[in-house]
Amino acid sequence: MLENKDMLVSLENAGIFRSKRWLVKGVTMSVSAGEIVTLIGPNGSGKSTTAKLALGILDADEGSVYRKPNLRISYVPQKLDLNWALPLTVTRFLCLTNRAGISEIETALASTKTLHLAREQMNNLSGGEFQRVLLARAILRSPDFLVLDEPVQGVDFNGELALFSLIEDIRRQLNCGVLLISHDLHIVMSTTDRVICLNGHICCSGTPATVASSAEFKSLFGERVASGLAFYEHKHDHEHLPDGGIHYPTNKTNASINDSTKSNPVSGKIPALADTAESDQDSDNV
Amino acid sequence: MFDDFFVRAMIGGIGVALIAGPLGCIIIWRRLAYFGDTLSHSALLGVALALLLELNITLAVFGISVAVSLLLMLLQRRANLSSDSLLGLLAHSALAISLVVLSFMSWIRVDLIGFLFGDILAITARDLIIIWGGGGAVLILLMLIWRPLFAATVNMEIATAEGTRPEYINFIFMIVMAAVIAISMKIVGVLLITALLIIPAASARRFSTSPEQMAVLSAIIGVISICAGLMGSLEWDIPAGPSIVVAAVICFVLSILPIKLSLRNSH
Repeated sequence: MLENKDMLVSLENAGIFRSKRWLVKGVTMSVSAGEIVTLIGPNGSGKSTTAKLALGILDADEGSVYRKPNLRISYVPQKLDLNWALPLTVTRFLCLTNRAGISEIETALASTKTLHLAREQMNNLSGGEFQRVLLARAILRSPDFLVLDEPVQGVDFNGELALFSLIEDIRRQLNCGVLLISHDLHIVMSTTDRVICLNGHICCSGTPATVASSAEFKSLFGERVASGLAFYEHKHDHEHLPDGGIHYPTNKTNASINDSTKSNPVSGKIPALADTAESDQDSDNV
Repeated sequence: MFDDFFVRAMIGGIGVALIAGPLGCIIIWRRLAYFGDTLSHSALLGVALALLLELNITLAVFGISVAVSLLLMLLQRRANLSSDSLLGLLAHSALAISLVVLSFMSWIRVDLIGFLFGDILAITARDLIIIWGGGGAVLILLMLIWRPLFAATVNMEIATAEGTRPEYINFIFMIVMAAVIAISMKIVGVLLITALLIIPAASARRFSTSPEQMAVLSAIIGVISICAGLMGSLEWDIPAGPSIVVAAVICFVLSILPIKLSLRNSH
């Protein structure tokens, strides 16, 4: 691997051992300033674990991790559960780990098209809005090293494209290194300098074109995906189930069960909103 | 009509409420209510040891609380038990051991009820110095670590990755919590400390839009509870500690009534 002084983070043969198995093993990679490196791989392949190694959230059980001293890091985790007891506006959330002036906050929010949410409570945001706000917070810190773990989950398709081009802009403006984890192979391929394909270890890595044509990639994601990368056409005719299965909407019984479980958190929310509206009306009447 | 002891009780109670409010918010946000309970139960062990070894009770309770917190951290790494089991185990073993130790010391007449439910009306001038001196120091410490502590409360991983040193901050938080338990034990007693920590914070939740606002508001609600509780205690001749907690509960019930909040709907 090329040694250069712009190297921000590097992993050398790093591994994490938990509950009698290696989550990842023998990972050697690096991210330099101005570079977008993308981690791809199936569920449980150790993408997030690798990112946490690079961030210093997890300590390597073997191998070594180097981080440039005084590196300014921004991290967008895959999941962020906020306690309902926590009153937290979007603006306050943006200042979680750093102080910032109102104009800087507004610029960061505007860049992810969330300026109108500035005074909203974090708990009231939709999945896609939440994700944009997380990204705005990461941008606000003007990081040297930006780690994004599935940053576009819950964002609609056009928004997704916009966010990826935003990530490219940030990279250009700040000359920061970006470590991106994504399951959306198609978009990843167009924005990335280097792709690392993980499955507990590094299966293959290189430029998007090299990776897409490599045999390891095809065996991991299937010939269909690999060939589809060239002429990509978005046609989502099926659903991925939590257990890893695939569901086609022709099977009605399955579909209804699936729909009801999926819509539960939403339907649980709507009556609550209706209740407050009612009680507001009641107090108006009194 | 305000006797001297009553004024002392009021001043001491207000001092405790001011620090219990912000700390209680952190406890609620971190889902640590049972941790507070465990520390306050083991506070009785501090009392027993203080009487046995003739130490200052507040200092002994503080020491035991820190020791129990460290023991909990150690057990969480070593034992294959969930945190709630470990908390229950520590709380009740400390409580049982302290009762055994106290029963051996037949030469000391211990007012167990006083420790369990507090003895706010017996606050001395020296207690006031401990409450306002110690409480003031704790409050300043809490303000100094507030931002990183809040960041660690929202998400440990972001806080670690972005270099706010949450492990270190959490350790200071643990010391702060032990100190507050030691200071407030005299006011409401071992059994009701957690109530004083979390009820004002829970009451403040509905009216707050930012964490700092909730911290200040819960301190204010705590002060109101202390004042109302003490007045009630004097008026109806009921024990002061439980009376304060009941006052806090009334604040909480008022806070969840469906009254329209004009502030929130104004924009």
